[in-house]
Amino acid sequence: MELERHEYDVVVVGAGGAGLRAAIEAQESGARTAVVCKSLLGKAHTVMAEGGIAASMANLYPEDNWRVHFRDTMRGGKMLNHWRMAQLHAQEAPDRVRELEDWGALFDRTPDGLISQRDFGGHRFARLAHVGDRTGLELIRTLQQRTVALGIDVYMECTVTRLLTGPAGGGGAGGEQGITGAFGYWRESGRFVAWQAPSVVLATGGIGKSYKVTSNSWEYTGDGHSLALQAGATLVNMEFVQFHPTGMVWPPSVRGILVTESVRGDGGILKNSAGNRFMFDYIPDFFRKETAETEDEADRWYEDKKNNRRPPELLPRDEVARAINSEVKAGRGTPHGGVFLDIASRRTPEYIRKRLPSMYHQFKELAEVDITAEAMEVGPTCHYVMGGVEVDPDTEAARVPGLFAAGEVAGGMHGSNRLGGNSLSDLLVFGRRAGLAAAEHALRRIGRTELADDALADAARAALAPFEREGGENPYTVQQDLQQTMHDLVGIIRTAPEMEQALERIAALKVRVANLSVEGHRQYNPGWHLALDLPHMLIVSEAIARAALERQESRGGHTRDDFPATDSEWARTNLVCSRTADGGVALTRQPLPQMPAELAEIFEESA
Amino acid sequence: MSYDATFRVWRGDASGGGLQTYTVAVNEGEVVLDVIHRLQATQAGDLAVRWNCKAGKCGSCSAEVNGRPRLMCMTRMSTFGEAETVTVTPLRTFPVVRDLVTDVSYNYEQAARIPAFAPRPRDKDGNHRMQQIDVERSQEFRKCIECWLCQDTCHVIRDHEENKAVFSGPRFLIRLAELDMHPLDVTDRRNAAQEKFGLGYCNITKCCSEVCPEGIHLTDNGIIPLKERVVDRRYDPLTWLGSKIGRRPKD
Repeated sequence: MELERHEYDVVVVGAGGAGLRAAIEAQESGARTAVVCKSLLGKAHTVMAEGGIAASMANLYPEDNWRVHFRDTMRGGKMLNHWRMAQLHAQEAPDRVRELEDWGALFDRTPDGLISQRDFGGHRFARLAHVGDRTGLELIRTLQQRTVALGIDVYMECTVTRLLTGPAGGGGAGGEQGITGAFGYWRESGRFVAWQAPSVVLATGGIGKSYKVTSNSWEYTGDGHSLALQAGATLVNMEFVQFHPTGMVWPPSVRGILVTESVRGDGGILKNSAGNRFMFDYIPDFFRKETAETEDEADRWYEDKKNNRRPPELLPRDEVARAINSEVKAGRGTPHGGVFLDIASRRTPEYIRKRLPSMYHQFKELAEVDITAEAMEVGPTCHYVMGGVEVDPDTEAARVPGLFAAGEVAGGMHGSNRLGGNSLSDLLVFGRRAGLAAAEHALRRIGRTELADDALADAARAALAPFEREGGENPYTVQQDLQQTMHDLVGIIRTAPEMEQALERIAALKVRVANLSVEGHRQYNPGWHLALDLPHMLIVSEAIARAALERQESRGGHTRDDFPATDSEWARTNLVCSRTADGGVALTRQPLPQMPAELAEIFEESA
Repeated sequence: MSYDATFRVWRGDASGGGLQTYTVAVNEGEVVLDVIHRLQATQAGDLAVRWNCKAGKCGSCSAEVNGRPRLMCMTRMSTFGEAETVTVTPLRTFPVVRDLVTDVSYNYEQAARIPAFAPRPRDKDGNHRMQQIDVERSQEFRKCIECWLCQDTCHVIRDHEENKAVFSGPRFLIRLAELDMHPLDVTDRRNAAQEKFGLGYCNITKCCSEVCPEGIHLTDNGIIPLKERVVDRRYDPLTWLGSKIGRRPKD
């Protein structure tokens, strides 16, 4: 078998914010580090993040601090977050933002010359460091340029299909089982490549491409979630999928493309077809004390946050997405099945173009809508998975020695619902910690384990299987059927019979995926690439559906029509997914980690 | 609302290829990339194309549409007549890998050559202070999504492979301009701009600005000011004298 081989201390899979931040830290810690990514460097999904990076720098509100950010994050996640991750995140985010400036990032400024911060849903104070509405681009470019400056090896357009495990730490009898490397293929040539490395950091992002309406790109096929399961690690909180309340709904070809929450943070409001500002009808008791009761109070809040409460448009995303869903179902939607998002009647055209340049451009170019003059039509779109690899909060280590995970592919940090702006800070905080721990893990191991020939041959055989089969189904059709299944049956509002049906369909899709065939040859062949991504999408979809069926309550990004209330027993329980011997998903219930008293006190302080 | 369009798509690899004609359905509101995806899903499963965000933010799906360098995700089908044939070809300035995918490694090599950002120290309280008006000049260039359309259209390298050894292309001239205007950066890259990155090769025909999907004024706001600063640095008699008697750093 023709195989390109490399040896590193740390291999990072994924070149979004978490992957690059991990690679930078690993390299700076003295580990020989490589980044492997499916796209060209700088194209990762982080680039799509618009609003900003949440960090309690207190540049605009001196009252802000990590405790307030911690509290907002936990409440946004309906208290199901791993407290330790939420604590580290809130404490370390400001430093992670400041260091980006040392690497060349140029954030928008306050009049004092400090980093400006903007309002976002669920955050008590204006907290998001931003660059217009293209913060993700600034983040990715800054980290990319730092990666290049440090001379880190980047394997672009290269897909990892297997993690390799074995007796880690130089072999010999009695060595613990752990990561020994990874196997993949170059997209350009279709040739195989293997990396021998004692540490692998998964930073592969999310799973959104399993849904029909999504803000996610083709890359979001759950590779990291699936690779982790395959290697013997576990996933937590997989039932929680975030539907961003505001995706584009028209024209059909752009359905799902993200409309940043900054539109609401900067003054935009939601209206139904009758012109009513309907979010006032959907304020849950959990957030009633901190949400404005009248339109006047809500409007005053933008200028005076001390004496007024937040507009209901800025409730956490799960609340807003459910409300929009209900309005449309009740027949009060727009002609194309969304609701109106209006900033045109509330802010000047100059302000809108200045604060939201890429939204202005996006609607102008793709929908022929001038957002400074008319309202946008928006509806929920699959955006983010809260669930992911179960990790140790301090080191991001998974249950398999040598395996680490950071960013969207890791679970726990966001509980049942992520606040806007907390993703970019999550990438930085936990990307750095994962890189550091991965480097330490590798540098402690002097001996290296040779990659087993049979494992490599098996990985190659599996990758080439779709070429061997003649007359099988086209992978694009199977993908569309999976997307329709998840959209219809495991979407925003869920019921037991629908999810049982979804699991039956997923089982049938597994059979179809095992019989796919692809045309053409190995050189840059998207049909083949999709055929290899589909098994990942299926196992992750199964994990979501199984966990969602099991959790008989509604919380955050998991809403059960048949169990509409939160449940105090489930408030103390995480669902953990592992892989069964036959390639399925097994669930176990696990008690939520107990928050120490000094942190619990924060929630007894004034609301 | 739906109609059948005629598409001609370049298929092939480094050893050669040609335009293939397809008849493919087009629906309301679609962009060229949607149609390419439909071809993939229904007629040409192995049609190679790069894309990611499908919203003009990542700069992956660059190609030449009817000869114009464009992002396929931002080129609406409504800009063509229903009877008009739409021809999609790979970026001409870079070697073809397969179909619409080209080898853009030249750009990554140029990026790695640029002397890295080097900031002044932070203020005592750990912050950097900059005024909005000062950051905006470099922010314009940091809007760049690295779609390489400016590189593709630039006549210095478009049909002059030999110039790639001495000229980095408009994307990296504005990267140099960005760093030059960056309020925190302390490295002087002006000599390098001229000597290592080929600033002098640009004769400001502004083709790059015309094709930029982000509307960056590469020439007016980036390259011309950089040329002026280079002239100041290199041809000012006092600066020249200073550099000769060693009071200033050589670069």
